[in-house]
Amino acid sequence: MISLNQLHKSYRSGTNSLHVLKGIDLEVEAGEMVSIMGSSGSGKSTLLNILGILDNYDAGVYRLDGHAVNGFGETRAAGLRNQYIGFVFQSFNLISFKNAMENVALPLYYRKIGRRKRNIMAMELLERLGLADWATHLPGELSGGQKQRIAIARALIARPKVILADEPTGALDSQTSFEMMDLLREINSTGITMLIVTHENDIAARTDRIIRLHDGVILNGHDPSLHTLESPADIPATIRPN
Amino acid sequence: MGWLDPDNWQEMLATLRKNRLRTFLTGFSVAWGIFMLIILLGSGTGLENGVRQEFEGDAVNTLWINAGQISIPYQGRKPGTPISFRNEDVDAIESNIGLIDHISPRFNIWWNTNITYGKETASFDIICIAPGYRYLEALKVVQGRFLNENDIREGRKCVAIGTAVRDALFKKEDPIGKFIKVSGVPFQVVGCFDDSGGDRDVRRVYLPYVTAQRVYSNTDRYWSMNITTRADMAQSKAMEEQIRRELSQRLKFDAKDERAVFIFNGVENYQQFMNLFLGIRVFIWIIGIGTIVAGIVGVSNIMMIAVRERTREIGIRKSIGATPLSIIAMVMMESIVITTAAGYIGLFAGVGVLELAAPLFADSDNFFRNPEVNFSIALSATGILILAGAIAGFIPARKAAAIRPVEALKEE
Repeated sequence: MISLNQLHKSYRSGTNSLHVLKGIDLEVEAGEMVSIMGSSGSGKSTLLNILGILDNYDAGVYRLDGHAVNGFGETRAAGLRNQYIGFVFQSFNLISFKNAMENVALPLYYRKIGRRKRNIMAMELLERLGLADWATHLPGELSGGQKQRIAIARALIARPKVILADEPTGALDSQTSFEMMDLLREINSTGITMLIVTHENDIAARTDRIIRLHDGVILNGHDPSLHTLESPADIPATIRPN
Repeated sequence: MGWLDPDNWQEMLATLRKNRLRTFLTGFSVAWGIFMLIILLGSGTGLENGVRQEFEGDAVNTLWINAGQISIPYQGRKPGTPISFRNEDVDAIESNIGLIDHISPRFNIWWNTNITYGKETASFDIICIAPGYRYLEALKVVQGRFLNENDIREGRKCVAIGTAVRDALFKKEDPIGKFIKVSGVPFQVVGCFDDSGGDRDVRRVYLPYVTAQRVYSNTDRYWSMNITTRADMAQSKAMEEQIRRELSQRLKFDAKDERAVFIFNGVENYQQFMNLFLGIRVFIWIIGIGTIVAGIVGVSNIMMIAVRERTREIGIRKSIGATPLSIIAMVMMESIVITTAAGYIGLFAGVGVLELAAPLFADSDNFFRNPEVNFSIALSATGILILAGAIAGFIPARKAAAIRPVEALKEE
């Protein structure tokens, strides 16, 4: 589903150039549930933005469901995002002046689906997630867990192939966090590929595979011995990239 | 995009409704600008109507010639010698000077202004003129006829009376053919006229000047004549010179003697007023457009702030599939709708104020009358508003479309 080959990304500010991603190779199969871990500054947010086609990259190849993702305009990018990708954010990112149902329905608006139809679809989804009672509430009137469920519903409504979750449990208590992971797992079981960025080991442990990012490169994600390492500092100096 | 897509309207109106204060602030400057423009335009029109009204009673293409006295010694004639016109001077001017439509002597009978019909007697202005004078006063004959050339030639004792005179003397009776006593002498009424110049202009009777000279004074001397002309302003200035030269030869005074005859050029006077109004109108539009521009800048500014405030929202919209074009359309639609709606509120408020104010000035004698704006201004205002909204929204819209979701979503 997702295939990265020698992906590079630098940020330039004035004369300084910050090389953030230094040749990422990554394969994620359809239906996989993968977590991306790494300390702050490891490049995991940048990677997620590129995967979500919110940002472009400098070199390498990114294939999403077989399509090469590069070098096309924002309009096309917007279309691909709408069609393939659902986002879940740490801070929920619901639109504050729209109620739960309208927030969930919004991706369908950009897919040119009529108002009546998209509201019906949004209500159906909210019912399945047990949130029907909250449909007419504004985000400000909801708890963190409820807001994140609404955000997940919004990510789901356009039937994406991939859900990208950036610290989805970062603003939630541990009880709610585990409920959220259960929900994401359930969604994953319907065949939607799931990428979760997190820095919490117990969250990462609930995914099929952990990808560790350090200083812009992926530490061998298939090496089970690395799964137990707490932080990059614990990585033996011999295998640390320069 | 899709202006006609009700879904886009629904989405936009929902956004405006849920951000009422912002919408109000954005719209206010535009509403105020249009309101001021309408008030200014209306007042300008009121002023113009008032002055036009002053002109209305009379033709505007006139020259008035009044006799004065000699101030430069000429062929033995001393300063202080009075000048007066004779009947043949009128004929000479008419035949020797071009572009004259009508020329008429004019003098009043002032020593006894009583006019009597049966038992009714009242005092009115008695003015002695040639038939062409009706064009100068822009008279409208409502009954019978006005004085004509035959009346002059034959020195008939006939009279044309104003509507106020008819109403005072004849009540409901038909005045045509009846005899009235004008300053003690019987004249036959041949017609009744109306004059939009006001009450004073219908409280008078007109006599053929030749008859009046024979009946009352037994002389053909008088001191005032007037001309209606088809000359434009430059030509009318030339006519002044020609008339002065012609009269100086006939009446024996120095052609440079400004005080021997006084000429009032109505063409020039009217033209000056019209230029003044053109100036006022241009001035009003400049101020008005300035006000609207200030409104546009205000809207643009607030939309700019709104876009900043909504960076996160726009980032979210983009992350779930909003294209740059749809963001531009969203911001511009909001801008145009706010500008147009607010503009119309200002327009109707302005027109409302003018409508309320208009009756206060309806009968006024000062130079202000019927402040109003016409429909075409309201129509062009619509066009200007939509354009203004588009201009005001364009820069903020581009800024919004350029928002990068990566940065937008990072902002707290």
